[in-house]
Amino acid sequence: MCLGVPGKVLEVDGLVAIVDFWGLRRPILLDSVDQPVSPGDYILNHVGFAIRRIPPEEIGETLLLYEQLLRESGEDMMAADVRSEIRATGGGGEP
Amino acid sequence: MAGSLARLTRQIGRAPVSVMHVCGSHEQAIAKFGLRASFPRNLNVIMGPGCPVCVTDVPEVDEAIVLATQGVRIATYGDMVKVPGTVRSLADAQAEGGRVHVVYSIAQAVELARETDDEVVFFASGFETTAVATAAVILRGLPRNFSVLSAHKYIPPVMEIVAEMPETRVEGFLAAGHAATITGWGIFERFVERHRVPVVVAGFEPLDILAGLVKLLEVIHDGRPRVENMYPRCVTREGNLRAQEQLWKVFRPVGGRWRGIAHVPNGNLRLRDEWAGVDARRRFRIDVTGLWDSAPSALVQDCLCGDIMAGIASPTDCALYGHECLPETPVGACMVSSEGTCKIWHQYGGHPDLGGAP
Repeated sequence: MCLGVPGKVLEVDGLVAIVDFWGLRRPILLDSVDQPVSPGDYILNHVGFAIRRIPPEEIGETLLLYEQLLRESGEDMMAADVRSEIRATGGGGEP
Repeated sequence: MAGSLARLTRQIGRAPVSVMHVCGSHEQAIAKFGLRASFPRNLNVIMGPGCPVCVTDVPEVDEAIVLATQGVRIATYGDMVKVPGTVRSLADAQAEGGRVHVVYSIAQAVELARETDDEVVFFASGFETTAVATAAVILRGLPRNFSVLSAHKYIPPVMEIVAEMPETRVEGFLAAGHAATITGWGIFERFVERHRVPVVVAGFEPLDILAGLVKLLEVIHDGRPRVENMYPRCVTREGNLRAQEQLWKVFRPVGGRWRGIAHVPNGNLRLRDEWAGVDARRRFRIDVTGLWDSAPSALVQDCLCGDIMAGIASPTDCALYGHECLPETPVGACMVSSEGTCKIWHQYGGHPDLGGAP
């Protein structure tokens, strides 16, 4: 799915970032993002790779949809897709 | 915003006005948040071929099934397991002893390969957004027992096909924000020039989608087809150049069939010759003809999935929808994937007026 999921970068070590998704920390790969990424930035994660750094002044509206979705039950299809995307780490190994 | 849609649809004056989006996430948001209830009756917002799992062609699924029956471990994204091939799905192959692993990312498939000596094939689906991840992992270097069976698809060429279908009356396209994050919105300029239909790039919030539709109707109304970017927080004109470089270093576009739709020139992404060593199609002899001895289910002939993805039918036009074809027992691929029109409508409800507006 192409929705992707935004998260906040906590640490950067080379091409791996530790990213926080509503309390879940995942390793996300930075190979394909075209802007420098530092702790505090938000990125859009798709299947374990950051594809875009999201400007901080615009992150609020971007997060809104996801926060609404994550309040949904596990049955909701779109919410389930977002949860799958959060599980999609770049470091492998399901934590 | 709903008022603007109604006013613009009235001003355009042709009824109905049909526009197409090409993204399962757009359809999920439209259906889930009930946006169609705020659309004017004579505006048709149709989902086109925006579900990568759904357009994975039958022979591609057959290839993965043959590999699974040869003892190769298959790793793939969840919905791919249930997509029907000629006679079976990967789930059926798994039930018969094939080893099929669902992963959330290709990196997890690589981890799996590192933990075993068996051959692991990643059955890769998805549009350009997802293909970038496959490319980046290949460029990182792979374990010796890992290869890729690419069913990746490239969206821009299929828009050409849909725009040229004589049955389609699409007057404008809503392009998917995250695919355009990679390709940039500039890629649609030649398309607009050739087909004289506007393209508006839109994000995924309900408001993003409504704003995208309002802009699309404005451009249809003013009669000067062009590309408009309504998702500037993620999409630039040139796109993500680094991701594009990775994508085209690993993949080349080749013509191939999209399930139920058409042969799409340059619509399939296959590994370049330099990557033959990690291309499952060259590493293994994959003979799918054995699967063709059994006849496919008779129901398959009545499945309208292709017409639905081409935008010329809606799920409710299909006699199987909600009867023989259900999420638990899908006949067609559109009922399998969470990005498939039929499954989305089945969960969230569709639009009673779609296709029937006066």
